[in-house]
Amino acid sequence: MSVPVKRKKASGLSQLIIPLVALGLLLLFNLIRDPGFYSVSIAVNNAGNPVLSGNMISIIDSASELAIIAMGMTLVTAACGGQDISVGAVGAIAGAVFVKVVFAFESITAGALLAGLAACILGAVLFKLFNGTLVAVFRIQPMIATLILYSCGRSIAYWINGDATPQISSPILSAVGMTIPGIPVPTPIFLVILTGLLMMLLFRVTNTRLYTQTVGINQGAARLNGINPVRIKLLSFVLLGVCVAVAAVIGIARLGNLSHKTILADIEMDAILAVAIGGNNLGGGRFRLSGSILGAYIIQMLTTTLYAMNVATVNVKAYKAIVIIVIVVAGSPVVKARLSALLNRVRPGGAAGLRGVS
Amino acid sequence: MSTAGKQKRERLTDAQLLMTISICIFVFMYAAAMIFMGGGFLKTQQLFDLLNDNAALIIISCALTIVMIGGGINISVGGVIGLTVMAGALFLNAHSDGGPFSIVLTFLLAVGIGLAFGLLQGFLVSHLEIQPFIVTLAGMFLARGLTTMLSVNPVSVSHSDFSALVKTKIQIAFLGYTAKNGNLIPAKLEIGAVTAVAVVILVYLMLRYTKFGRNIYAIGGNQGSALTLGINVRRTRFYSYLISGLLSGLAGFVFLMHKPAGNASVAMRSEMDAIASSIIGGTLLTGGVGNVIGTFFGTMILATIQKIIALSPLNASWWQDMASGAMLGVFILLQSVVLSQRGRGRMGLPSWLKFRKE
Repeated sequence: MSVPVKRKKASGLSQLIIPLVALGLLLLFNLIRDPGFYSVSIAVNNAGNPVLSGNMISIIDSASELAIIAMGMTLVTAACGGQDISVGAVGAIAGAVFVKVVFAFESITAGALLAGLAACILGAVLFKLFNGTLVAVFRIQPMIATLILYSCGRSIAYWINGDATPQISSPILSAVGMTIPGIPVPTPIFLVILTGLLMMLLFRVTNTRLYTQTVGINQGAARLNGINPVRIKLLSFVLLGVCVAVAAVIGIARLGNLSHKTILADIEMDAILAVAIGGNNLGGGRFRLSGSILGAYIIQMLTTTLYAMNVATVNVKAYKAIVIIVIVVAGSPVVKARLSALLNRVRPGGAAGLRGVS
Repeated sequence: MSTAGKQKRERLTDAQLLMTISICIFVFMYAAAMIFMGGGFLKTQQLFDLLNDNAALIIISCALTIVMIGGGINISVGGVIGLTVMAGALFLNAHSDGGPFSIVLTFLLAVGIGLAFGLLQGFLVSHLEIQPFIVTLAGMFLARGLTTMLSVNPVSVSHSDFSALVKTKIQIAFLGYTAKNGNLIPAKLEIGAVTAVAVVILVYLMLRYTKFGRNIYAIGGNQGSALTLGINVRRTRFYSYLISGLLSGLAGFVFLMHKPAGNASVAMRSEMDAIASSIIGGTLLTGGVGNVIGTFFGTMILATIQKIIALSPLNASWWQDMASGAMLGVFILLQSVVLSQRGRGRMGLPSWLKFRKE
């Protein structure tokens, strides 16, 4: 993709420097602009339960869907060297399946919701397997393979629900989407932590991480070493499917309805951005989930900051674009190489010193 | 040198094969519509209307084909159309007594906005080596955000000379038909449609016969060998983005001539339609393979499907989406099969589906 430039190999943690600096700058900016931005208070919600409220809580809470999907997207990016642009559309389908199955029961009980969740995960995984098969078996570029569902997924969701935007409400769902009575922290935050822990467990217990990176870096070499690239790619899509299904259920629980047009709208673009801001190579290979999660929170932090500065909702995109460009420019290989060359010249005993000796 | 040239010629033949398939499918589809639907499809005007309504889409599809042949992607084209249409509409309204000269200025404004986006994105992609997907995604956000900053409310053009230009249609009498009252109604072609066809021909000639055009194929096919052959990869890539920006600006002006009104949702998601058109026409996202004539027919295939469904009893938006999605899927699989059957190209089928061993 890029013209080769001599550069140092990135070590594991250096990938996180730029997103961490970006997050730090955003935090600092808000501190200078309005220290009250960070105030957290305990309010009482309509049901009479204590709830934490404040900008930071709302940032961490509303980035949940994005963070969960960004984790799955990181895996697909690493294994396939491309991005899935159909996550929002498949999320709508998964949500439609969830609502359809829950409504098939007479009343919305815990059992009905669990059956709905199972069906929802199954549906999302099946659609992701369709994408995955196109990518892994037929070797079609991920973006092209997922373009099919991107353009028709939301229509399929609408069709499943019989041309309607159903309302669904139950105390259990609102506990998932907002807060569990008695616990003031919004539940989606716990779900992100749970997903992250499960992923970590998967990487610790199995070879998934190593194999995914191997397939992403050199598929031929992976095959020669006895790794089945098709299986690894399909696995990444299956995991993404589970992430999408969980995010879709959170989305429905949050709003108490399913609108095929607005649920997880534009989340595919934000998720890809989160992966890129997290310093992961969009061409596949090495990855850090923590980078992508950090990226998701940076994007949400940016959006909330802009809202707090009274920027109109519709104009947020323009400012977001400028900040994104600044972050990716700072992370670009050419700029990094120039910067390190500059640092070497400034630092005594660096490249300049060596040149003086010879 | 000679082997490289030979290989390239074979690759182009692949593109021509895919293009031929898409032309055949368009002809068969249109013939089937003529036979089974009759009515409007029997009139030349129907074909002209497909051109009139999709002129802007044809132009941005050409823009995408250029970038995709070079191994990149540009998803900001739809956003740039939206921005130029809004800016043009506001400019024309501000100079409603400006006469024909203000139309020329509007044209320059549209092309200027397109060039500015091309310049910025080209620089970021080619010189700073940032992933084109992220750069143009930020470009899309920027364009959409700027559009709503200019005006949140829809703006319709009230400029007498421009309205006259919008109504100007090229009338071809011998292709017309006789109405029930005996009047001859000539077939009408808009200026935008003629522009779009001219763009297709010019881009075809540029890609086929100029050194720059051949260089784009070279950098998309194999960047490393292009570099060793002495091709300036950076400059070629930069100019490919510049041209795609310019074409998006032009497409914005053509859109304004077709529907003289600015709106925040103008050309929403049209970048994905343009990518789909390019793929159906035989362009590979991996780069190095593609043909702009195929792209033209790709757009016409998508437009014809939409028209057929709009005129059929299945007239619902989700049927249109699903049919386009299914069509895209068929084409993608077809490409995969065709290319692997010919035993070359990077797209392959599993061994049990192969017709002959490589």
